[in-house]
Amino acid sequence: MSDTHAETVRYVATHELPALPAPVNTRGPAAWARANFFSTPRDTILSIIVGGLIAIGLWKLLPWLVFDSVFVAGSLNECREIDSGACFAVVTSRFNQLIFGFYPPELFWRPILAFVLMLVAFAPVLHDNLPRKMLWFSAVFPLLAYWLIWGGTIWGPLMIIAMIALAFVAFKAVAKSVNPVVGLLAAVAVGILWMLFLHDPIVSALSSAVNVGLEPVESSKLGGFQITFIIGVTGIVASLPIGILLALGRGSDMPTLKMICVGFIEFIRGVPLITLLFVASTLLNYFLPPGTNFDIVLRVIIMVTLFASAYMAEVIRGGLAALPKGQYEAADALGLNYWQATRLIILPQALKISIPGIVNTFIGLFKDTVLVSIIGILDPIGIMQPIRSSAEWNGIIWELPIFVGLVFFIFCFLMSRYSMYFERKLDTGHRN
Amino acid sequence: MQSSTGTSGEITGQTALVACAPMSISTAAFPRTFLRYELFEQGNRKGCYPMKTKLLSLALGAAAIAMTGTVASAATLDDVKAKGFLQCGVSTGFPGFAFTDDAGNWQGFDPALCRAMAAAIFAGDSNAVKFTPTTGKTRFTALASGEVDVLARNTTETFSRDVDLKFTFGPVNYYDGQGFMVRKSLGVTSALNLSGATICVQTGTTTELNLADYFRANNMTYEPVPIETNAEAQEKYLANACDAYTTDASGLSATRSAFEAPNDHMILPEIISKEPLGPLVRQGDDQWADILKWTLLALITAEEKGVTAANADEMKASSTDPDIQRLLGATEDGFGAMLGLDNDWALNAIKAGGNYGEIFAKYLGTDTAVGIERGLNALYTDGGLMYAAPIR
Repeated sequence: MSDTHAETVRYVATHELPALPAPVNTRGPAAWARANFFSTPRDTILSIIVGGLIAIGLWKLLPWLVFDSVFVAGSLNECREIDSGACFAVVTSRFNQLIFGFYPPELFWRPILAFVLMLVAFAPVLHDNLPRKMLWFSAVFPLLAYWLIWGGTIWGPLMIIAMIALAFVAFKAVAKSVNPVVGLLAAVAVGILWMLFLHDPIVSALSSAVNVGLEPVESSKLGGFQITFIIGVTGIVASLPIGILLALGRGSDMPTLKMICVGFIEFIRGVPLITLLFVASTLLNYFLPPGTNFDIVLRVIIMVTLFASAYMAEVIRGGLAALPKGQYEAADALGLNYWQATRLIILPQALKISIPGIVNTFIGLFKDTVLVSIIGILDPIGIMQPIRSSAEWNGIIWELPIFVGLVFFIFCFLMSRYSMYFERKLDTGHRN
Repeated sequence: MQSSTGTSGEITGQTALVACAPMSISTAAFPRTFLRYELFEQGNRKGCYPMKTKLLSLALGAAAIAMTGTVASAATLDDVKAKGFLQCGVSTGFPGFAFTDDAGNWQGFDPALCRAMAAAIFAGDSNAVKFTPTTGKTRFTALASGEVDVLARNTTETFSRDVDLKFTFGPVNYYDGQGFMVRKSLGVTSALNLSGATICVQTGTTTELNLADYFRANNMTYEPVPIETNAEAQEKYLANACDAYTTDASGLSATRSAFEAPNDHMILPEIISKEPLGPLVRQGDDQWADILKWTLLALITAEEKGVTAANADEMKASSTDPDIQRLLGATEDGFGAMLGLDNDWALNAIKAGGNYGEIFAKYLGTDTAVGIERGLNALYTDGGLMYAAPIR
């Protein structure tokens, strides 16, 4: 029967034919435009109206923004003599102030180095195919960055490391002999005692013996995007662990712990950030004894971190709540204790669900740092005013906010894209 | 020594009372130093429960805020000398009055006064000063809490700020007042011709109220165009949304100077309100207030007498005018010592940035971009209000 067809059919395909390209009117840009913009008469009209508006806007805006704008000039008047467009010369001429504030120019290498090292420190956290040993550098980086930016003796950061090591030893010892919670308390106690009584004498003794250090730069010299990054990045990095702890505490069975966490979260969330900043900048001045040198930037960082932590806690609580109860029960059934279950089963899943919310909080925090301009810290928004008040640049209106907005957009956009990449990478599939 | 021991014993007594007393006790009766002391002592005292003391300290903090600074820090001068620099509160930016140059240094009419003060205190070192930019919201707490030693931030002297907020104002260093700016093409030469005009005015300010008062008093009508910020005002005014723009005259000058064609606009001669701007310090330290006051008066006296930054040394050596001799410390009267400073205090203050007239000309005068006439701020001999009490 195998040759039946050979007798009845004149042609038999011996192999599959290659697919023909789609008809010419359903491919290419023209078809794409037709499908997306002109598929119905209503779409066509709307497309023409919107496209026209965009064209008119660009027609009006581009000459001012791009074609006629001036990038090099000594003052607004010079700009006006050169061309009629935007005077971005203010950005180029005051670029250092917008980026570094009043940081001494001969020391610019320090914040730049800190920024580069920050990228190195973030790398192993953001990409898991890098060697895990790099995490040690990430752990040391905060102190290194502090030392680079503020300068001073190297013994300060080194002694902080010593304090952390000591606190860890205390934790291990007490956790082994009593229990982990008491161990944690012991570690905190060691830290507090160290900072209160031992830190300053030891540091001053060591630095008088061997004086290794960088030229100190005080906080009032910091400004521009440098201060945005210092506050924003510190807040982002510190708020995530604090937020996780608060979220776990809020879901805890221990009534006191739960009450403290709920109270903290609700209190901080119930207060606008600007109020906390005013507390940091003015109210604390009344509480602290005269002559106390409690750095204003540090105060602001603490407030911003507390604020972000409360929001972070709620975001992560959402992630915890979204986990099926079976996950908790399965962890218990495996005989894991609370910390094992949390670390191995609960948090990896809860954090993955929470990524959009976490990054949302990060981006919000990063942008909220501009509120510090209201309490007189000259971040990019704050530093616009003294620049605009100078004789050369008085009369500048749009150019500075455009530049600052652009820089903020770039960094927030990068954060947002990274989070989407991260989500896709971690998508182990609950949806499909 | 005797008195200081007595005082500290007394503080401790008061502390115990405050820390453990019911909250109804009026804390306002205690000077602020006690409050601070109390906050750090209370934790150790028996009978005061942490929660209660926390509430109490909050209440005390609130009381301190309500009082907004009754700091009687014993001797600001000693503190300043000990730390080696003057901490000066300035504006975050106001054309001519405070701005940063390309190198990031604070410049302007207000920082210049702080530099003169620093020079008077630190034997001619006009760089022994650090500037704290303050906003309209933080300026008074910054001064009251001791974050800055002196506030030179184009601040209008008013009754409530002097009496209720417990500050001491130095002499007025700039007499400002509300004015009007119009396009020259409008053909108006006096504010009295503005009846029926549309006027851009910042909402929620005394400017708005002054405007209403002025027009009512002169039986004129106007149509307000409410705006929020100076930048918005510039836009609206240039876009012909209003015939006139009203704000403080110094602000009008600065705004006008930033226009592409400033000569198409004019500031009308009428000034309809009083805005005496001056530097200020905390109330309760008369020596410190005197240093501020007499540094400024020395700068004005120097202008009266023709002493400039350039010729001050020479004048000290050669002048036979007894006023100049006393001002520059060429006599043995010891005025500097009476202030707690050295004999060259005024000489150094003048050499820091020049006399009052030089400072004015450098940052605000008609040769600058801001371009303000001396007007009320001329010496009394030129028909202005600058009249320095004699140094003798």
